[in-house]
Amino acid sequence: MTIQFYLNGELRREDAVSPTTTVLDYLRVSAGKTGTKEGCAEGDCGACTIVVVRKNGDDEPLYEAVNSCLLILPQLDGANVVTVEGLARDGHFDPVQTAMVESDGTQCGFCTPGFIMALFALRQGNEKITDGTIHDALAGNLCRCTGYRPIVQAAHQACQDATKDLYGELSPLIPGEGYEHNHQKFFAPQNLSQLAEMRTDYPKAMILAGGTDLGLLFSKDRDPLEAIIYTSSVAELGEIEETKDYLEIGAAVTYTRILPYFERLYPSFATLITRIGSRQIRNVGTIGGNIGTASPIGDTLPCLIALDAMLTLYSKTGSRELPLEDFFIEYRKTDLKPGEFIKSIRIPKLKNKQKFRAYKISKRYDQDISSVIGAYRIEIDGLRVKDIRIAFGGMAEIPKRAVACEGAILDKEWVEDTALKAGLAVTTDFKPLSDHRASKDYRLCVAANLFIRLYRDLTDAEDLMEVVAA
Amino acid sequence: MMDGFEERQATIGGAHAKVKHDSAARHVTGKAIFIDDIVAPPGTLEAVFVTSPHAHAKINSIDKTKALNIDGVHDVLIAEDIPGRNDIAPVFEDEPILAEKFAQYVGHPVALVAADNYDVAFHAAKEVFVEYQVLEPILSIAEALKRKEFTYPPQIIGRGDPESAIAAARHKISGEIACGGQDHFYLEGQIALAQPGEETDITVYSSTQHPTEVQHSVSKILGIPINDVTIEVRRMGGAFGGKESQASIIAAAAALAAVKTKRPVKIRLRRDDDMVITGKRHDFEFTYVAGVGDDGRIEGIEIVMAMRSGNVADLSSGVLARALCHGDNCYYLPNVRLSGFPCKTNTVSNTAFRGFGAPQGMLLMEVVIEHIARHLGQSVDAIRAANYYGTSDRNITPYEQVVKDSIVVELTDRLAREVEYEDRKLEVKNFNSRHQTLKKGIALMPVKFGISFNAPPLNQAGALVHVYTDGSVHLNHGGTEMGQGLFIKVAQVVATVFQIDVNNIKISATRTDKVPNTSATAASAGSDLNGMAAFNAAETIKKRMACIAAKHFDVPESDVEFRQNRVFAGNVSMPFAELAQITWSNRVSLSATGYYKTPEIHWDPIKLKGNPFYYFTYGACISEVIIDTLTGESRVLRADILQDCGMSLNPTVDYGQIEGAFVQGMGWLTSEELVWDKEGRLMTHGPSTYKIPGSRDVPPDFNIHILEDAPNRFPTIFRSKAVGEPPLMLAISVWLAIRDAVASISESPLAPKLNAPATPEAILMAVNDIRQRANQ
Ligand SMILES: Cc1cc2nc3c(=O)[nH]c(=O)nc-3n(C[C@H](O)[C@H](O)[C@H](O)COP(=O)(O)OP(=O)(O)OC[C@H]3O[C@@H](n4cnc5c(N)ncnc54)[C@H](O)[C@@H]3O)c2cc1C
Ligand code: FES
Ligand code: FES
Repeated sequence: MTIQFYLNGELRREDAVSPTTTVLDYLRVSAGKTGTKEGCAEGDCGACTIVVVRKNGDDEPLYEAVNSCLLILPQLDGANVVTVEGLARDGHFDPVQTAMVESDGTQCGFCTPGFIMALFALRQGNEKITDGTIHDALAGNLCRCTGYRPIVQAAHQACQDATKDLYGELSPLIPGEGYEHNHQKFFAPQNLSQLAEMRTDYPKAMILAGGTDLGLLFSKDRDPLEAIIYTSSVAELGEIEETKDYLEIGAAVTYTRILPYFERLYPSFATLITRIGSRQIRNVGTIGGNIGTASPIGDTLPCLIALDAMLTLYSKTGSRELPLEDFFIEYRKTDLKPGEFIKSIRIPKLKNKQKFRAYKISKRYDQDISSVIGAYRIEIDGLRVKDIRIAFGGMAEIPKRAVACEGAILDKEWVEDTALKAGLAVTTDFKPLSDHRASKDYRLCVAANLFIRLYRDLTDAEDLMEVVAA
Repeated sequence: MMDGFEERQATIGGAHAKVKHDSAARHVTGKAIFIDDIVAPPGTLEAVFVTSPHAHAKINSIDKTKALNIDGVHDVLIAEDIPGRNDIAPVFEDEPILAEKFAQYVGHPVALVAADNYDVAFHAAKEVFVEYQVLEPILSIAEALKRKEFTYPPQIIGRGDPESAIAAARHKISGEIACGGQDHFYLEGQIALAQPGEETDITVYSSTQHPTEVQHSVSKILGIPINDVTIEVRRMGGAFGGKESQASIIAAAAALAAVKTKRPVKIRLRRDDDMVITGKRHDFEFTYVAGVGDDGRIEGIEIVMAMRSGNVADLSSGVLARALCHGDNCYYLPNVRLSGFPCKTNTVSNTAFRGFGAPQGMLLMEVVIEHIARHLGQSVDAIRAANYYGTSDRNITPYEQVVKDSIVVELTDRLAREVEYEDRKLEVKNFNSRHQTLKKGIALMPVKFGISFNAPPLNQAGALVHVYTDGSVHLNHGGTEMGQGLFIKVAQVVATVFQIDVNNIKISATRTDKVPNTSATAASAGSDLNGMAAFNAAETIKKRMACIAAKHFDVPESDVEFRQNRVFAGNVSMPFAELAQITWSNRVSLSATGYYKTPEIHWDPIKLKGNPFYYFTYGACISEVIIDTLTGESRVLRADILQDCGMSLNPTVDYGQIEGAFVQGMGWLTSEELVWDKEGRLMTHGPSTYKIPGSRDVPPDFNIHILEDAPNRFPTIFRSKAVGEPPLMLAISVWLAIRDAVASISESPLAPKLNAPATPEAILMAVNDIRQRANQ
């Protein structure tokens, strides 16, 4: 069995590397391509950014920036990969390279290859270029020298010229179904029944989706896992189904793919999604993975709970459905049974008067883990609150409903005093912990105050509600 | 010697030209080679530290056997394997690279495992068994102060009689404030590659700002003469002070392993190790008491600065001296006592970081100014103006240097006018009266920063210039390139001397065997010192060439002129390259060293008095921010900077330094929070938990102006001024503006209780506190 992929247009076939080799180590050590840098090995600095080109449903190339430090080599099977070495062709710089030089976007230059690749992906896409979209595209890249302004300027300059270069015109590769090396197995099942089969046959194998949580085992812990079952290759897990009443998302659907749906159906959730990690993270990270990790600070979880989402769990013996809020049992422990995996998540659409809001509070706006996340689905009929579902993240050992807060609001008049009272109920619902992100007192205070934000936000009490909008 | 500098016009890329970073094209293509990119010789090993999990412990025994038996492990080294002296202290002594009897902080290296590759070494490191006897640690500044545990004796700068002046003053204010430390977060972590040579020779590629100190450390550790050791560094992926003394630990350890295993050895600290093992900016706790007149002038002041030195002194004495020397910022303090305490704690040894103590010292003084303003119910800017240094009187610093070049009044007035500061203050007030949830704040920060190393011997530099017979030039000097554009600036100096295009000058890696006995590239002094040394080297060669040209053209030497890549004598001329060839034919040397030492400086390190700074550089910034009173989130909306760079050697590079430093300073004061747990473990040791600013955090309206036509009053290289550090302190305006926003919540003028960094949590707590006090 062989891993095949294109690297800067050149076909690579690898059959003698450990499947838990990170793509970054592969590039730098095995392939001798040292342009791509390691700044953190945890997906946060972007120095290792490379671009994977894939085709969308209409056979158009999509250029996705990803963190090579968190990917392992078999995840590239069948892919078309571009690194910083692949940009300047026939002695001509790519427009992003020219723009970075002309805008003085480099000082020490260590972050630069990562920025170049993130900007390359942006330029090759079809987005409208504004400061905002540039920040979206660069949120996963840290620079300690320049102060970013010249890099943002370079982005504007490079994207002015809309002509695109073609990097995607290569004959497609057929991905393999697995890879094995020195007792390390990497399974890439193609369909649901294969996945269910393997899940039973290899009960100890780790499920890997995007690897933005699991990847740390390889990049940092250097853990040579013996068996990995990869879900992104499973056709059914990549499906998105929309009906009149709900949206059903396959567990291996990436944040990037689901975003347009959320923008239309749950705009506030979409805003929160754009703050999960960075583009590099969202291009491979999945909602299934967010649920699978079951972290108390997983951003989508309180949102999905407030939206009354339903999980479909699947195994060889059949499937079952479970409200998401019942899935989390205690800290990082879920109701997943041996042999089971998450197949999909179903989110009811908002009904006529239902409104949804999600508020994420973190030290830094972009690419930071939440101190507190509040999610609210509320239906106000005239002045009265007819229906309310609230869930918080960061407030308990699991993402959790705020039952007492809900009680303080349901059937009450929607006035600021009600919001204040709901805030007072936070201490009944939660006993948060202090950690390096925030103290217990801060968490309690913010969770309470967010009800005031919710009130002022929904009633348009002020023309400006969040600092980021100023 | 300096006369006429200003008139010189260079060809392409001379002094004052906006020249791009020399490596820009290599940066964007991935071709710039950093140490980890060097193709290592076959057989190169990687080494990983075994570190202490305890903040304070006695090391009873270390058992290497299991690790040594692992396939691929070559050696496990501990303190007793060190052939020389286990000490790399840059100023004092007793600062080991591997802990001997005691582990002094969580992360203290106790052993080093060298193996075939990183993974083997990484896993084997866990199989080195260290038996510790855990001791009680000191983890806070307060605790160390209480127990009088210091890494070296406290320092005091004083003048006049502050007690009596405070007692006699109409108003008395007092308070306390603290500011956090900061991780350098250079994108390239600490790294060294050591390669043994013949006999005891060794070459180390080290990502360091201070090759000479690394050279000394390697020599000490290995017990070999300095001339056996060569250190090379072409470029660093950022440094910011973090690769001054700290690089020695990594380089010396790599050299030790290389000698022991007789193989090349690389040590590259992964991000978490880098953040845990190596030092950071010092956090400080301050108290102050000031006596103030009705006019808002400080009549007497006592300031206590307690800094977290960490487990050893390292560079703390310099940092504290600079903090004390910048406790005045731009203000005249007639009766003053500044006391500094270098607290010894069982945490990582703090070290140099851009600003070197000055940011902390200034931050405190700005709090005092603000406090006076709130106390008297006057505007903060009025209190500033009342206290600024005068030009002819009230112009002597607490350490007795006369401030001869102050332009702070002109600078701040001009900036305020240009950004319509007074109108904007009103707009902010207006906004605040119309908004309940969000509040704005606006503030000005003036900066006066002393240039030169506080220790006079460090203020010297050397350079080496060769002209080849094709007219191409090789340039080398003691400064190191960390992204700050030093190499291109010094090349511009040489281009200007020879009047040739700058791209004829090859800038080569810094090496201790080319230019010896150098100082750290630090204290913003890189281009001042090395630029001047290179100038002198180039001038020496130029004079020799001019002499040959005079002979050749048969004119007096004074008629020979270097211009536009040629050499002229009246109406005749020849290319620079041709003259180089002729000079060689005449058997005249085309190679020269250059040397420079900063004039006029002296310093008494015991009394803390003297003239430590050759000159001051000035800057001012006005920042506007917005905060959320429900969550404590904040954003900087606008910042306007006016920075004095003298006659900038390269405005492009200086511009980059200004905005980069500002954003870094902003990070220090807002989102960058170092959190330790109760056992002394750093909880924020990677970018997932330690948040430096991202691109969206930069003020959307960010305007930078370099003061024009402002030649340095002192004859520095082409009358330029240093720029590396000063703009970092301009970011204090952001923090002051946040305080202003918090203060706006209360009707009565209350000083907010807000330390740095102003994280969302800190801001929200300050908001809650001021609300509570306002209601009392
Ligand atoms: C730099 C960075 C920033 C991040 N920022 C955020 C953030 O802002 N907010 C946030 O919430 N998270 C954040 N994360 C965490 C992570 O990106 C998310 O949790 C993501 O959704 C994980 O998805 P994945 O596909 O990468 O999961 P993987 O890493 O592949 O898997 C995660 C876990 O889920 C399990 N799993 C995956 N799929 C299934 C399945 N179908 N059935 C059962 N188990 C499954 C895996 O076994 C594993 O235990 C960040 C991570 C990084 C590296
Ligand atoms: S190395 Fe930092 S994101 Fe990959
Ligand atoms: S240029 Fe140095 S980190 Fe970006």
